[in-house]
Amino acid sequence: MSGKVLMKGNEALAEAAIRNGCIHFFGYPITPQTELAEYMAKRLPKVGGLCLQAESEIAAINMVLGAAASGVRAMTSSSSPGISLKSEGISYMVGSDLPCLICNVQRGGPGLGGIQPSQQDYYQATKANGHGDLHLFVVAPASVQEMVTLVGRAFDVADTYRTPAMILADGALGQMMEPVDFDTALAGKREVPEKTWATCGHEGKRKKNIINSLFINPDELEKSVLEREERYKLIEKNEVLWEEYLVDDADIVIVSYGISARICKSAIEMARAEGIKVGMIRPITLWPYPKAALAKAANTASKFLVVELNMGQMVDDVKVAIDCRRPVSFFGRTGGMLPTADDVLAEIRKLNGGKQ
Amino acid sequence: MFCLQELKNNIIICGHFGCGKTNVAVGLALDMARAGRRLGIVDLDIVNPYFRTADSVPELERAGVDCFIPQFANTNVDIPSLGGEISAVFARQTDDPFYTAIFDVGGDNGAIALRRYRPELEKRGYSMLFVASMYRPLTETAEDAVAGLREIEACSGLHATAFINNSNIGRETSADDIAASLTYTDKICELTSLPCLAVTLHNASYAKQLHSKYPEYNFTVISDSTKKLF
Repeated sequence: MSGKVLMKGNEALAEAAIRNGCIHFFGYPITPQTELAEYMAKRLPKVGGLCLQAESEIAAINMVLGAAASGVRAMTSSSSPGISLKSEGISYMVGSDLPCLICNVQRGGPGLGGIQPSQQDYYQATKANGHGDLHLFVVAPASVQEMVTLVGRAFDVADTYRTPAMILADGALGQMMEPVDFDTALAGKREVPEKTWATCGHEGKRKKNIINSLFINPDELEKSVLEREERYKLIEKNEVLWEEYLVDDADIVIVSYGISARICKSAIEMARAEGIKVGMIRPITLWPYPKAALAKAANTASKFLVVELNMGQMVDDVKVAIDCRRPVSFFGRTGGMLPTADDVLAEIRKLNGGKQ
Repeated sequence: MFCLQELKNNIIICGHFGCGKTNVAVGLALDMARAGRRLGIVDLDIVNPYFRTADSVPELERAGVDCFIPQFANTNVDIPSLGGEISAVFARQTDDPFYTAIFDVGGDNGAIALRRYRPELEKRGYSMLFVASMYRPLTETAEDAVAGLREIEACSGLHATAFINNSNIGRETSADDIAASLTYTDKICELTSLPCLAVTLHNASYAKQLHSKYPEYNFTVISDSTKKLF
Protein backbone atom coordinates (compact mmCIF):
# COMPACT_ATOMS: atom_id res chain seq x y z
CA MET A 1 0.00 0.00 0.00
CA SER A 2 1.61 3.26 -1.05
CA GLY A 3 0.15 6.70 -1.68
CA LYS A 4 -3.23 7.66 -0.33
CA VAL A 5 -6.00 5.21 0.38
CA LEU A 6 -9.55 5.68 1.63
CA MET A 7 -10.10 4.01 4.97
CA LYS A 8 -12.56 3.68 7.77
CA GLY A 9 -11.12 4.81 11.09
CA ASN A 10 -11.38 1.29 12.49
CA GLU A 11 -9.43 -0.17 9.57
CA ALA A 12 -6.81 2.57 9.81
CA LEU A 13 -6.23 1.81 13.51
CA ALA A 14 -5.63 -1.83 12.63
CA GLU A 15 -3.36 -1.18 9.65
CA ALA A 16 -1.39 1.42 11.63
CA ALA A 17 -0.82 -1.09 14.42
CA ILE A 18 0.49 -3.67 11.94
CA ARG A 19 2.78 -1.06 10.38
CA ASN A 20 4.11 -0.31 13.85
CA GLY A 21 5.08 -3.92 14.40
CA CYS A 22 2.01 -5.11 16.25
CA ILE A 23 1.04 -8.48 14.83
CA HIS A 24 -0.64 -9.87 17.95
CA PHE A 25 -4.28 -8.87 18.34
CA PHE A 26 -6.83 -10.24 20.78
CA GLY A 27 -10.39 -9.00 20.71
CA TYR A 28 -14.06 -9.63 20.99
CA PRO A 29 -16.63 -8.12 18.62
CA ILE A 30 -18.69 -5.09 19.59
CA THR A 31 -20.24 -2.35 17.52
CA PRO A 32 -18.96 0.20 16.50
CA GLN A 33 -15.36 -1.15 16.56
CA THR A 34 -15.81 -4.56 14.93
CA GLU A 35 -14.19 -3.60 11.61
CA LEU A 36 -10.91 -3.24 13.47
CA ALA A 37 -10.94 -6.89 14.53
CA GLU A 38 -12.27 -7.99 11.11
CA TYR A 39 -9.41 -6.18 9.42
CA MET A 40 -6.90 -7.82 11.74
CA ALA A 41 -8.45 -11.22 11.05
CA LYS A 42 -7.96 -10.70 7.31
CA ARG A 43 -4.51 -9.12 7.38
CA LEU A 44 -2.58 -10.69 10.26
CA PRO A 45 -2.38 -14.25 8.89
CA LYS A 46 -0.82 -12.77 5.73
CA VAL A 47 1.98 -11.08 7.69
CA GLY A 48 2.75 -13.99 10.02
CA GLY A 49 0.72 -12.53 12.89
CA LEU A 50 -2.04 -13.75 15.14
CA CYS A 51 -5.59 -12.42 15.41
CA LEU A 52 -7.56 -14.25 18.04
CA GLN A 53 -11.22 -13.77 18.80
CA ALA A 54 -11.31 -14.56 22.50
CA GLU A 55 -14.33 -15.92 24.37
CA SER A 56 -14.82 -12.58 26.11
CA GLU A 57 -13.32 -9.14 26.58
CA ILE A 58 -11.83 -10.29 29.86
CA ALA A 59 -10.05 -13.18 28.16
CA ALA A 60 -8.83 -10.87 25.38
CA ILE A 61 -7.14 -8.36 27.71
CA ASN A 62 -5.48 -11.16 29.65
CA MET A 63 -4.15 -12.61 26.40
CA VAL A 64 -2.74 -9.16 25.68
CA LEU A 65 -1.09 -9.28 29.11
CA GLY A 66 0.52 -12.62 28.29
CA ALA A 67 1.66 -11.54 24.84
CA ALA A 68 3.04 -8.23 26.13
CA ALA A 69 4.93 -10.07 28.88
CA SER A 70 6.75 -12.03 26.19
CA GLY A 71 7.96 -8.72 24.74
CA VAL A 72 5.83 -8.39 21.59
CA ARG A 73 3.68 -5.41 20.73
CA ALA A 74 0.14 -6.50 21.58
CA MET A 75 -3.21 -4.84 21.13
CA THR A 76 -6.88 -5.18 21.91
CA SER A 77 -9.86 -3.07 20.97
CA SER A 78 -13.43 -2.73 22.07
CA SER A 79 -16.18 -0.23 22.68
CA SER A 80 -17.39 1.22 25.96
CA PRO A 81 -19.10 -1.73 27.74
CA GLY A 82 -16.28 -4.01 26.59
CA ILE A 83 -13.67 -1.63 27.99
CA SER A 84 -15.41 -1.77 31.38
CA LEU A 85 -14.94 -5.53 31.28
CA LYS A 86 -11.27 -5.12 30.46
CA SER A 87 -10.62 -2.78 33.38
CA GLU A 88 -9.35 -5.47 35.72
CA GLY A 89 -6.87 -6.75 33.16
CA ILE A 90 -5.75 -3.21 32.37
CA SER A 91 -4.99 -2.61 36.04
CA TYR A 92 -3.03 -5.88 36.18
CA MET A 93 -1.03 -4.75 33.16
CA VAL A 94 -0.21 -1.45 34.86
CA GLY A 95 0.78 -3.36 38.00
CA SER A 96 2.99 -5.60 35.86
CA ASP A 97 4.47 -2.60 33.99
CA LEU A 98 3.48 -4.01 30.62
CA PRO A 99 3.09 -1.91 27.49
CA CYS A 100 0.16 -2.49 25.13
CA LEU A 101 -2.38 -0.59 23.07
CA ILE A 102 -6.08 -0.57 23.88
CA CYS A 103 -8.52 1.09 21.46
CA ASN A 104 -11.85 2.29 22.78
CA VAL A 105 -14.19 3.21 19.92
CA GLN A 106 -16.79 4.70 22.23
CA ARG A 107 -20.54 4.23 22.04
CA GLY A 108 -23.33 5.61 24.18
CA GLY A 109 -23.75 4.51 27.78
CA PRO A 110 -24.23 3.80 30.60
CA GLY A 111 -25.02 0.09 30.60
CA LEU A 112 -25.58 -1.46 27.22
CA GLY A 113 -26.48 2.06 26.08
CA GLY A 114 -26.46 2.24 22.32
CA ILE A 115 -24.26 1.87 19.27
CA GLN A 116 -24.12 5.51 18.20
CA PRO A 117 -21.02 7.68 18.84
CA SER A 118 -20.26 9.21 22.23
CA GLN A 119 -17.44 10.52 24.40
CA GLN A 120 -18.95 9.31 27.63
CA ASP A 121 -15.86 7.35 28.69
CA TYR A 122 -13.58 10.36 29.32
CA TYR A 123 -13.66 9.91 33.07
CA GLN A 124 -13.08 6.19 32.73
CA ALA A 125 -10.15 6.61 30.34
CA THR A 126 -8.39 9.42 32.16
CA LYS A 127 -9.26 8.84 35.81
CA ALA A 128 -10.16 5.26 36.55
CA ASN A 129 -9.55 2.65 33.90
CA GLY A 130 -9.06 0.06 36.61
CA HIS A 131 -8.22 0.05 40.30
CA GLY A 132 -5.07 1.32 41.98
CA ASP A 133 -2.82 4.34 41.49
CA LEU A 134 -2.73 4.25 37.73
CA HIS A 135 -2.77 6.25 34.56
CA LEU A 136 -2.91 5.21 30.95
CA PHE A 137 -1.33 7.26 28.18
CA VAL A 138 -4.60 8.35 26.53
CA VAL A 139 -4.75 9.95 23.07
CA ALA A 140 -7.84 11.24 21.28
CA PRO A 141 -7.48 11.40 17.48
CA ALA A 142 -9.76 13.74 15.51
CA SER A 143 -9.28 12.33 12.01
CA VAL A 144 -8.55 9.02 10.36
CA GLN A 145 -5.08 10.28 9.42
CA GLU A 146 -4.41 11.26 13.02
CA MET A 147 -5.52 7.82 14.19
CA VAL A 148 -2.67 6.40 12.14
CA THR A 149 -0.10 8.82 13.57
CA LEU A 150 -1.26 8.31 17.14
CA VAL A 151 -1.20 4.52 17.02
CA GLY A 152 2.55 4.76 16.40
CA ARG A 153 2.98 7.37 19.11
CA ALA A 154 0.94 5.32 21.59
CA PHE A 155 3.01 2.18 21.02
CA ASP A 156 6.26 4.14 21.33
CA VAL A 157 5.19 5.82 24.57
CA ALA A 158 3.89 2.51 25.92
CA ASP A 159 7.22 0.80 25.23
CA THR A 160 9.33 3.70 26.46
CA TYR A 161 7.59 4.01 29.84
CA ARG A 162 6.30 0.43 30.20
CA THR A 163 2.66 1.47 30.41
CA PRO A 164 -0.57 0.55 28.65
CA ALA A 165 -1.72 3.21 26.17
CA MET A 166 -5.21 3.92 24.97
CA ILE A 167 -6.64 5.38 21.78
CA LEU A 168 -9.89 7.01 22.85
CA ALA A 169 -11.90 7.29 19.64
CA ASP A 170 -15.64 7.13 19.06
CA GLY A 171 -18.08 5.45 16.73
CA ALA A 172 -18.15 8.32 14.25
CA LEU A 173 -14.37 8.32 13.82
CA GLY A 174 -14.31 4.54 13.72
CA GLN A 175 -16.93 4.35 10.99
CA MET A 176 -16.22 7.39 8.83
CA MET A 177 -13.97 7.20 5.81
CA GLU A 178 -11.18 9.63 5.03
CA PRO A 179 -8.04 9.60 2.89
CA VAL A 180 -4.97 8.28 4.70
CA ASP A 181 -1.29 8.40 3.90
CA PHE A 182 0.67 5.81 5.88
CA ASP A 183 4.12 6.77 4.63
CA THR A 184 3.94 10.28 6.14
CA ALA A 185 2.51 8.97 9.41
CA LEU A 186 5.30 6.46 9.86
CA ALA A 187 8.07 8.99 9.28
CA GLY A 188 8.37 10.13 12.92
CA LYS A 189 9.01 6.79 14.60
CA ARG A 190 11.29 6.92 17.63
CA GLU A 191 13.81 4.52 19.13
CA VAL A 192 12.38 2.56 22.03
CA PRO A 193 14.38 0.76 24.73
CA GLU A 194 15.09 -2.93 24.37
CA LYS A 195 12.70 -5.11 26.39
CA THR A 196 15.27 -6.71 28.66
CA TRP A 197 12.47 -7.51 31.14
CA ALA A 198 10.51 -9.75 28.75
CA THR A 199 9.75 -13.33 29.68
CA CYS A 200 10.81 -14.77 26.37
CA GLY A 201 13.14 -17.55 27.51
CA HIS A 202 16.51 -16.96 29.19
CA GLU A 203 18.25 -19.99 27.63
CA GLY A 204 20.41 -20.26 30.74
CA LYS A 205 22.19 -17.05 29.77
CA ARG A 206 20.60 -14.58 32.18
CA LYS A 207 18.60 -14.44 35.39
CA LYS A 208 14.97 -15.32 34.84
CA ASN A 209 12.53 -12.45 34.40
CA ILE A 210 9.27 -12.43 36.35
CA ILE A 211 6.17 -10.46 35.34
CA ASN A 212 3.87 -9.99 38.30
CA SER A 213 1.64 -7.45 40.00
CA LEU A 214 1.64 -9.07 43.42
CA PHE A 215 3.96 -7.84 46.17
CA ILE A 216 4.12 -9.84 49.36
CA ASN A 217 5.46 -6.96 51.48
CA PRO A 218 3.65 -3.62 51.62
CA ASP A 219 6.90 -1.63 51.51
CA GLU A 220 7.83 -3.32 48.24
CA LEU A 221 4.44 -2.49 46.76
CA GLU A 222 4.80 1.13 47.84
CA LYS A 223 8.26 1.28 46.29
CA SER A 224 6.89 -0.08 43.01
CA VAL A 225 4.03 2.47 42.97
CA LEU A 226 6.44 5.31 43.74
CA GLU A 227 8.81 4.22 40.97
CA ARG A 228 5.89 4.13 38.50
CA GLU A 229 4.85 7.58 39.69
CA GLU A 230 8.27 8.87 38.61
CA ARG A 231 7.61 7.50 35.12
CA TYR A 232 4.20 9.19 35.10
CA LYS A 233 5.95 12.48 35.91
CA LEU A 234 8.22 11.97 32.91
CA ILE A 235 5.21 11.26 30.67
CA GLU A 236 3.57 14.46 31.92
CA LYS A 237 6.76 16.35 31.18
CA ASN A 238 7.59 14.87 27.78
CA GLU A 239 4.49 13.51 26.08
CA VAL A 240 1.75 16.17 26.15
CA LEU A 241 0.17 16.85 22.75
CA TRP A 242 -2.42 19.43 21.75
CA GLU A 243 -3.47 21.54 18.77
CA GLU A 244 -4.22 25.26 18.89
CA TYR A 245 -6.54 26.81 16.36
CA LEU A 246 -6.93 30.60 16.16
CA VAL A 247 -6.24 30.98 19.89
CA ASP A 248 -3.91 34.02 19.82
CA ASP A 249 -6.59 36.70 19.44
CA ALA A 250 -9.50 34.63 20.74
CA ASP A 251 -11.89 36.06 23.29
CA ILE A 252 -13.68 32.72 23.59
CA VAL A 253 -11.60 29.54 23.62
CA ILE A 254 -13.36 26.28 22.88
CA VAL A 255 -11.82 23.15 24.39
CA SER A 256 -12.87 20.02 22.60
CA TYR A 257 -11.30 16.73 21.45
CA GLY A 258 -11.89 13.96 18.93
CA ILE A 259 -14.96 14.15 16.71
CA SER A 260 -16.43 17.04 18.76
CA ALA A 261 -13.39 19.14 17.85
CA ARG A 262 -14.09 18.56 14.13
CA ILE A 263 -17.62 19.88 14.59
CA CYS A 264 -16.30 22.82 16.64
CA LYS A 265 -13.81 23.72 13.90
CA SER A 266 -16.67 24.19 11.43
CA ALA A 267 -18.55 26.25 14.04
CA ILE A 268 -15.48 28.42 14.67
CA GLU A 269 -15.16 29.17 10.96
CA MET A 270 -18.81 30.23 10.88
CA ALA A 271 -18.40 32.36 14.03
CA ARG A 272 -15.23 34.01 12.70
CA ALA A 273 -17.16 34.93 9.54
CA GLU A 274 -19.57 36.78 11.86
CA GLY A 275 -16.61 38.58 13.47
CA ILE A 276 -16.67 36.63 16.74
CA LYS A 277 -13.15 36.05 18.04
CA VAL A 278 -13.24 32.39 18.91
CA GLY A 279 -10.51 29.76 18.80
CA MET A 280 -9.89 26.25 20.05
CA ILE A 281 -7.46 24.21 22.06
CA ARG A 282 -7.82 20.58 21.12
CA PRO A 283 -6.21 18.24 23.64
CA ILE A 284 -4.66 15.34 21.69
CA THR A 285 -3.35 13.62 24.81
CA LEU A 286 -6.15 13.43 27.38
CA TRP A 287 -3.67 12.05 29.88
CA PRO A 288 -1.25 13.73 30.26
CA TYR A 289 -3.51 16.76 29.92
CA PRO A 290 -2.29 19.97 28.19
CA LYS A 291 -2.66 22.05 31.35
CA ALA A 292 0.03 24.59 30.48
CA ALA A 293 -1.51 25.41 27.09
CA LEU A 294 -4.87 26.08 28.73
CA ALA A 295 -3.34 28.11 31.55
CA LYS A 296 -1.59 30.26 28.94
CA ALA A 297 -4.79 30.76 26.95
CA ALA A 298 -6.52 31.92 30.15
CA ASN A 299 -4.11 34.86 30.22
CA THR A 300 -5.68 36.30 27.07
CA ALA A 301 -9.11 34.74 26.56
CA SER A 302 -12.03 35.84 28.69
CA LYS A 303 -14.26 32.77 28.42
CA PHE A 304 -13.97 29.04 27.84
CA LEU A 305 -16.50 26.73 26.24
CA VAL A 306 -16.07 22.98 26.57
CA VAL A 307 -17.82 20.79 23.98
CA GLU A 308 -18.06 17.04 24.50
CA LEU A 309 -20.39 14.18 23.61
CA ASN A 310 -21.32 13.64 27.25
CA MET A 311 -22.83 15.55 30.15
CA GLY A 312 -19.59 17.35 31.06
CA GLN A 313 -16.51 15.34 31.98
CA MET A 314 -13.38 17.02 30.58
CA VAL A 315 -14.87 20.34 31.69
CA ASP A 316 -13.50 19.62 35.19
CA ASP A 317 -9.94 19.28 33.87
CA VAL A 318 -10.28 22.61 32.06
CA LYS A 319 -11.35 24.35 35.28
CA VAL A 320 -8.40 22.84 37.15
CA ALA A 321 -5.94 23.68 34.35
CA ILE A 322 -6.94 27.36 34.34
CA ASP A 323 -7.33 27.47 38.12
CA CYS A 324 -10.92 28.70 37.64
CA ARG A 325 -9.56 32.09 36.53
CA ARG A 326 -12.16 32.38 33.74
CA PRO A 327 -15.77 31.23 33.46
CA VAL A 328 -16.03 27.80 31.82
CA SER A 329 -19.29 26.91 30.05
CA PHE A 330 -20.25 23.50 28.81
CA PHE A 331 -22.21 22.24 25.82
CA GLY A 332 -22.75 18.59 25.07
CA ARG A 333 -25.05 16.03 23.53
CA THR A 334 -25.22 12.51 24.80
CA GLY A 335 -26.74 9.09 24.26
CA GLY A 336 -25.39 8.82 20.74
CA MET A 337 -26.54 12.22 19.50
CA LEU A 338 -24.08 14.52 17.69
CA PRO A 339 -24.42 18.30 17.80
CA THR A 340 -24.29 20.11 14.48
CA ALA A 341 -21.88 22.97 13.80
CA ASP A 342 -24.96 25.25 13.97
CA ASP A 343 -25.70 24.03 17.50
CA VAL A 344 -22.16 24.91 18.58
CA LEU A 345 -22.38 28.25 16.78
CA ALA A 346 -25.53 29.05 18.78
CA GLU A 347 -23.57 28.42 22.01
CA ILE A 348 -20.74 30.65 20.81
CA ARG A 349 -23.22 33.43 19.99
CA LYS A 350 -24.79 33.07 23.42
CA LEU A 351 -21.39 33.50 25.10
CA ASN A 352 -20.64 36.44 22.86
CA GLY A 353 -23.92 38.09 23.90
CA GLY A 354 -23.90 41.86 24.05
CA LYS A 355 -20.51 42.23 22.42
CA GLN A 356 -21.73 41.54 18.89
CA MET B 1 -25.85 8.48 -16.54
CA PHE B 2 -25.86 4.76 -15.99
CA CYS B 3 -26.87 2.61 -19.00
CA LEU B 4 -30.27 1.78 -17.60
CA GLN B 5 -31.56 -0.27 -20.53
CA GLU B 6 -29.09 -3.05 -19.76
CA LEU B 7 -30.43 -3.57 -16.25
CA LYS B 8 -33.09 -6.00 -15.06
CA ASN B 9 -35.86 -5.05 -12.65
CA ASN B 10 -33.91 -6.28 -9.65
CA ILE B 11 -30.56 -4.57 -9.30
CA ILE B 12 -28.18 -5.74 -6.61
CA ILE B 13 -25.27 -3.53 -5.56
CA CYS B 14 -22.54 -5.55 -3.87
CA GLY B 15 -18.86 -5.24 -3.00
CA HIS B 16 -16.25 -4.95 -0.27
CA PHE B 17 -17.35 -2.76 2.62
CA GLY B 18 -16.45 0.86 2.12
CA CYS B 19 -16.20 0.58 -1.68
CA GLY B 20 -19.05 3.06 -2.06
CA LYS B 21 -22.02 0.75 -2.64
CA THR B 22 -24.47 3.07 -0.91
CA ASN B 23 -23.33 6.07 -2.95
CA VAL B 24 -23.69 4.03 -6.13
CA ALA B 25 -27.09 2.65 -5.09
CA VAL B 26 -28.45 6.07 -4.15
CA GLY B 27 -26.93 7.64 -7.29
CA LEU B 28 -28.45 4.96 -9.50
CA ALA B 29 -31.83 5.28 -7.81
CA LEU B 30 -31.86 9.04 -8.35
CA ASP B 31 -30.82 8.59 -12.02
CA MET B 32 -33.63 6.11 -12.55
CA ALA B 33 -36.21 8.29 -10.84
CA ARG B 34 -35.17 11.20 -13.07
CA ALA B 35 -35.57 8.92 -16.10
CA GLY B 36 -39.18 8.36 -14.99
CA ARG B 37 -38.80 4.82 -13.69
CA ARG B 38 -41.00 3.62 -10.81
CA LEU B 39 -38.66 2.16 -8.23
CA GLY B 40 -37.71 1.45 -4.69
CA ILE B 41 -34.39 1.14 -2.87
CA VAL B 42 -33.91 -1.68 -0.40
CA ASP B 43 -31.39 -1.32 2.44
CA LEU B 44 -30.11 -4.87 2.94
CA ASP B 45 -27.06 -3.76 4.91
CA ILE B 46 -26.68 -5.93 8.00
CA VAL B 47 -23.06 -4.85 8.52
CA ASN B 48 -22.82 -1.07 8.86
CA PRO B 49 -24.14 0.51 12.05
CA TYR B 50 -24.16 3.97 10.49
CA PHE B 51 -23.51 5.75 7.16
CA ARG B 52 -26.16 3.84 5.24
CA THR B 53 -29.02 4.20 2.74
CA ALA B 54 -31.37 5.18 5.55
CA ASP B 55 -29.45 8.50 5.81
CA SER B 56 -30.64 9.44 2.28
CA VAL B 57 -34.34 8.68 2.77
CA PRO B 58 -35.54 12.32 2.60
CA GLU B 59 -33.69 12.99 -0.67
CA LEU B 60 -34.79 9.68 -2.19
CA GLU B 61 -38.43 10.18 -1.23
CA ARG B 62 -38.41 13.70 -2.66
CA ALA B 63 -37.24 12.16 -5.94
CA GLY B 64 -40.10 9.66 -5.78
CA VAL B 65 -38.03 6.62 -4.77
CA ASP B 66 -39.74 4.27 -2.30
CA CYS B 67 -37.46 3.32 0.59
CA PHE B 68 -37.51 -0.13 2.12
CA ILE B 69 -35.48 0.27 5.30
CA PRO B 70 -34.98 -2.35 8.03
CA GLN B 71 -36.72 -1.54 11.28
CA PHE B 72 -33.53 -1.09 13.33
CA ALA B 73 -31.41 0.90 10.85
CA ASN B 74 -29.84 3.97 12.49
CA THR B 75 -31.22 3.07 15.90
CA ASN B 76 -29.33 2.39 19.10
CA VAL B 77 -29.37 -1.36 18.69
CA ASP B 78 -27.31 -3.53 16.41
CA ILE B 79 -29.92 -6.04 15.33
CA PRO B 80 -29.31 -7.23 11.77
CA SER B 81 -32.94 -8.15 11.18
CA LEU B 82 -34.64 -7.91 7.80
CA GLY B 83 -38.36 -7.97 8.45
CA GLY B 84 -41.44 -8.20 6.28
CA GLU B 85 -40.98 -4.57 5.26
CA ILE B 86 -38.19 -5.76 2.95
CA SER B 87 -40.19 -8.49 1.22
CA ALA B 88 -42.87 -5.91 0.43
CA VAL B 89 -40.77 -4.85 -2.54
CA PHE B 90 -41.50 -8.14 -4.32
CA ALA B 91 -45.21 -7.68 -3.74
CA ARG B 92 -44.89 -4.31 -5.47
CA GLN B 93 -43.27 -6.00 -8.44
CA THR B 94 -46.07 -8.54 -8.66
CA ASP B 95 -48.56 -5.67 -8.90
CA ASP B 96 -46.39 -3.63 -11.24
CA PRO B 97 -44.16 -5.57 -13.67
CA PHE B 98 -42.15 -2.43 -14.49
CA TYR B 99 -41.28 -1.70 -10.86
CA THR B 100 -37.53 -1.67 -10.25
CA ALA B 101 -35.89 -2.60 -6.97
CA ILE B 102 -32.32 -1.61 -6.09
CA PHE B 103 -30.78 -3.70 -3.32
CA ASP B 104 -27.98 -2.04 -1.35
CA VAL B 105 -26.16 -4.96 0.21
CA GLY B 106 -23.78 -4.94 3.20
CA GLY B 107 -20.07 -5.37 2.53
CA ASP B 108 -18.23 -8.67 2.07
CA ASN B 109 -20.07 -11.53 3.77
CA GLY B 110 -22.94 -9.12 4.52
CA ALA B 111 -24.07 -10.49 1.16
CA ILE B 112 -25.36 -13.48 3.09
CA ALA B 113 -28.51 -11.38 3.57
CA LEU B 114 -29.19 -11.89 -0.14
CA ARG B 115 -29.39 -15.63 0.08
CA ARG B 116 -32.81 -15.51 1.68
CA TYR B 117 -34.14 -13.58 -1.33
CA ARG B 118 -32.29 -15.73 -3.88
CA PRO B 119 -35.34 -17.75 -5.03
CA GLU B 120 -37.33 -14.55 -5.69
CA LEU B 121 -34.39 -12.87 -7.39
CA GLU B 122 -33.65 -15.85 -9.65
CA LYS B 123 -37.32 -16.21 -10.54
CA ARG B 124 -37.75 -12.54 -11.39
CA GLY B 125 -34.29 -12.01 -12.90
CA TYR B 126 -31.57 -9.74 -11.55
CA SER B 127 -28.55 -7.68 -12.43
CA MET B 128 -25.84 -7.88 -9.80
CA LEU B 129 -23.41 -4.99 -9.98
CA PHE B 130 -20.03 -5.54 -8.38
CA VAL B 131 -18.53 -2.30 -7.06
CA ALA B 132 -14.82 -1.98 -6.24
CA SER B 133 -12.27 0.72 -5.50
CA MET B 134 -8.53 0.37 -5.95
CA TYR B 135 -8.02 2.94 -3.20
CA ARG B 136 -9.46 0.61 -0.57
CA PRO B 137 -6.82 -1.37 1.31
CA LEU B 138 -8.19 -4.90 0.91
CA THR B 139 -9.16 -4.51 -2.77
CA GLU B 140 -6.15 -2.62 -4.06
CA THR B 141 -5.29 -5.20 -6.67
CA ALA B 142 -7.71 -6.62 -9.22
CA GLU B 143 -6.90 -10.10 -7.93
CA ASP B 144 -7.86 -9.19 -4.33
CA ALA B 145 -11.03 -7.46 -5.54
CA VAL B 146 -12.06 -10.54 -7.53
CA ALA B 147 -11.32 -12.80 -4.55
CA GLY B 148 -13.72 -10.60 -2.57
CA LEU B 149 -16.33 -10.94 -5.30
CA ARG B 150 -16.05 -14.72 -5.22
CA GLU B 151 -16.70 -14.61 -1.44
CA ILE B 152 -19.79 -12.48 -2.03
CA GLU B 153 -21.03 -14.86 -4.73
CA ALA B 154 -20.47 -17.84 -2.46
CA CYS B 155 -22.36 -16.13 0.40
CA SER B 156 -25.29 -15.01 -1.70
CA GLY B 157 -25.54 -17.86 -4.21
CA LEU B 158 -25.92 -15.19 -6.91
CA HIS B 159 -23.54 -14.10 -9.65
CA ALA B 160 -22.29 -10.67 -10.65
CA THR B 161 -23.42 -9.50 -14.08
CA ALA B 162 -21.47 -6.24 -14.42
CA PHE B 163 -18.68 -4.25 -12.80
CA ILE B 164 -18.69 -0.66 -11.54
CA ASN B 165 -15.36 1.01 -10.82
CA ASN B 166 -15.88 3.44 -7.94
CA SER B 167 -12.19 4.10 -7.23
CA ASN B 168 -11.85 7.30 -5.23
CA ILE B 169 -10.06 8.82 -2.25
CA GLY B 170 -12.99 10.89 -1.05
CA ARG B 171 -12.81 14.63 -1.44
CA GLU B 172 -9.15 14.44 -2.45
CA THR B 173 -9.83 12.45 -5.64
CA SER B 174 -8.22 13.92 -8.76
CA ALA B 175 -8.94 13.13 -12.42
CA ASP B 176 -5.53 11.44 -12.50
CA ASP B 177 -6.53 9.14 -9.63
CA ILE B 178 -9.52 8.00 -11.66
CA ALA B 179 -7.49 7.63 -14.84
CA ALA B 180 -4.99 5.53 -12.87
CA SER B 181 -7.78 3.13 -11.95
CA LEU B 182 -8.70 2.26 -15.55
CA THR B 183 -6.07 -0.49 -15.80
CA TYR B 184 -7.58 -1.92 -12.61
CA THR B 185 -11.00 -1.81 -14.29
CA ASP B 186 -9.68 -3.64 -17.37
CA LYS B 187 -7.99 -6.27 -15.24
CA ILE B 188 -11.13 -6.97 -13.17
CA CYS B 189 -13.22 -7.21 -16.34
CA GLU B 190 -10.65 -9.55 -17.86
CA LEU B 191 -10.50 -11.79 -14.77
CA THR B 192 -14.28 -11.98 -14.39
CA SER B 193 -15.47 -11.58 -18.00
CA LEU B 194 -17.86 -8.93 -16.69
CA PRO B 195 -18.66 -5.80 -18.71
CA CYS B 196 -17.79 -2.47 -17.06
CA LEU B 197 -21.12 -0.69 -16.60
CA ALA B 198 -19.64 2.56 -15.31
CA VAL B 199 -16.68 4.37 -13.83
CA THR B 200 -18.29 6.50 -11.16
CA LEU B 201 -17.08 9.86 -9.89
CA HIS B 202 -18.39 12.89 -8.04
CA ASN B 203 -16.83 15.71 -10.02
CA ALA B 204 -18.67 16.53 -13.26
CA SER B 205 -15.73 18.46 -14.74
CA TYR B 206 -13.52 15.38 -14.44
CA ALA B 207 -16.11 13.35 -16.31
CA LYS B 208 -15.88 15.59 -19.39
CA GLN B 209 -12.13 15.61 -19.30
CA LEU B 210 -11.84 11.86 -18.85
CA HIS B 211 -14.48 11.09 -21.44
CA SER B 212 -12.60 12.94 -24.19
CA LYS B 213 -9.41 11.05 -23.30
CA TYR B 214 -10.91 7.61 -22.69
CA PRO B 215 -14.13 7.46 -24.74
CA GLU B 216 -14.48 3.68 -24.30
CA TYR B 217 -15.52 4.05 -20.63
CA ASN B 218 -18.84 5.25 -19.32
CA PHE B 219 -17.86 7.92 -16.77
CA THR B 220 -20.90 8.44 -14.59
CA VAL B 221 -21.31 11.31 -12.15
CA ILE B 222 -23.02 10.41 -8.89
CA SER B 223 -23.61 12.73 -5.98
CA ASP B 224 -21.86 12.06 -2.67
CA SER B 225 -24.73 10.98 -0.44
CA THR B 226 -22.56 10.20 2.60
CA LYS B 227 -23.93 11.90 5.69
CA LYS B 228 -21.80 14.92 6.69
CA LEU B 229 -21.06 15.24 10.38
CA PHE B 230 -19.23 18.56 10.31
